[in-house]
Amino acid sequence: MPDITVLLPSVLQPLAGGQSYLTTPADGAVTVESLLDAVTGEYPVLARRLRDETGSLRRYVNIYVNGEEVRRLKGLDTEVAAGQEVLIIQSVAGG
Amino acid sequence: MGCMATAESYVLAIGTKKGLWLARSTDRKEWSLSGPHFLMSEIPSIGIDTRGDRPRIMVGVRSEHWGPTVAHSDDLGATWTEPEQGAIKFPEDTDAALERIWQIYPDSASRPGVVWAGCEPISVWKSTDGGEHFELNRGLWDHPHRSEWGAGYGGAAAHSIVVSPSGENVHIAMSTGGVYRSLDGGSSWEARNKGISAYFMPDPNPEFGQCVHKIAADAAVEGRLYAQNHHGVYRTDDNGENWVSIAEGLPADFGFVMLTHPRREGTAWVVPIKADGERIPPDGRLAVHRTDDAGGSWKRLDVGLPDHEYNAVLRDAAAVDSAEPAGVYFGTRGGSVYASADEGESFLEVASHLPDVLCVRAAVVSSVVSADISAEADVAAEVAPASAAAGLPA
Repeated sequence: MPDITVLLPSVLQPLAGGQSYLTTPADGAVTVESLLDAVTGEYPVLARRLRDETGSLRRYVNIYVNGEEVRRLKGLDTEVAAGQEVLIIQSVAGG
Repeated sequence: MGCMATAESYVLAIGTKKGLWLARSTDRKEWSLSGPHFLMSEIPSIGIDTRGDRPRIMVGVRSEHWGPTVAHSDDLGATWTEPEQGAIKFPEDTDAALERIWQIYPDSASRPGVVWAGCEPISVWKSTDGGEHFELNRGLWDHPHRSEWGAGYGGAAAHSIVVSPSGENVHIAMSTGGVYRSLDGGSSWEARNKGISAYFMPDPNPEFGQCVHKIAADAAVEGRLYAQNHHGVYRTDDNGENWVSIAEGLPADFGFVMLTHPRREGTAWVVPIKADGERIPPDGRLAVHRTDDAGGSWKRLDVGLPDHEYNAVLRDAAAVDSAEPAGVYFGTRGGSVYASADEGESFLEVASHLPDVLCVRAAVVSSVVSADISAEADVAAEVAPASAAAGLPA
């Protein structure tokens, strides 16, 4: 079964046991929401960094699927195909 | 092998827009600074819990990217712990998400383990396990006034919590909403703002809606509290039923800070700001003002402070310790932190050029020392980098 890979920014890697990416097996397309549920299940602190307690993606967390930020697609309902890579990148914000 | 003894020292925790710094001193004259901890996260709230067998420093941490959380350290900042599921988490039925922790308030020694928190969105929380897990106060969350509470510039939050020695009377203040009081330990709440002006509203004397910036309880007189309002400085002697102005004698009635003495009746400190529209110290001359007669008169205190200072002091960027005489501490939005070991009579600069200071808390802590080498057992706390010690991103 092919994997879906989620690449983490370096600043979040300590929250995933030092891993630079997380994978989950998938035999078909899954939504970003269920993908996040799957890969952060063992890392609850990492999960809270990405989404608040209502499940919403934090404002300055960007997730890219096929090079497109998911807010420009279907948000957390965006589908990710088996074998794809997903990028998590913090937005350029702050001062 | 030398004999061991316990010595008292002082810890000053400085929360800024871009991290936490900790200062330590044995005499409140010489301070050593460590940090930053949680670099690039703001620290708007700090609680130092000196009850029990260890001092616990609790911090409200907020990253613009990664959101808010509560962390604590039982070794004066050498290591930090963050509960996996988060210490403060809105229940699912509220459909709300935590934005910022504005206040962390350890309760009295007679209620060990109890810690209160005030948060944005406007909410009050209570922990019974030393601040590791908090429960939402439903009485306030479900209050019928909620839909009419507003947001100050910094956000809509419960920022002040004062609990009486008996534990039955709890006063909170929110911006904007004003003062709310509970007579049943926090189960139910009523607005208590009579006498506090809301000059910015069509009706300047509403039941609620005031922008109270900070409240503090008198150390010795139960039912007496002081308030620094959005213009106006007030005192109540009847548990919040009526508030009277005590602003006469101050150079300005605007400001954010309200501190009270840890033991002595009638002593409070404010840091006046010129006006709502000109948020600088009056004439650009920073000064603390202290009353020793419950607001009947005020004494200007500026020895050791700079000749010119145009930065404001925010509501939680000031604190007292429990020593004798009491220490007074504050930090500015320009990143300077000042400490007084004599109740404000004179100040010295502990730190400068830090990011905007959002919160300051100070406490007396005990350290185990060896009589032979005079080495503090907890000295590691002063040198630990601790930036991402609990997996908290820098």
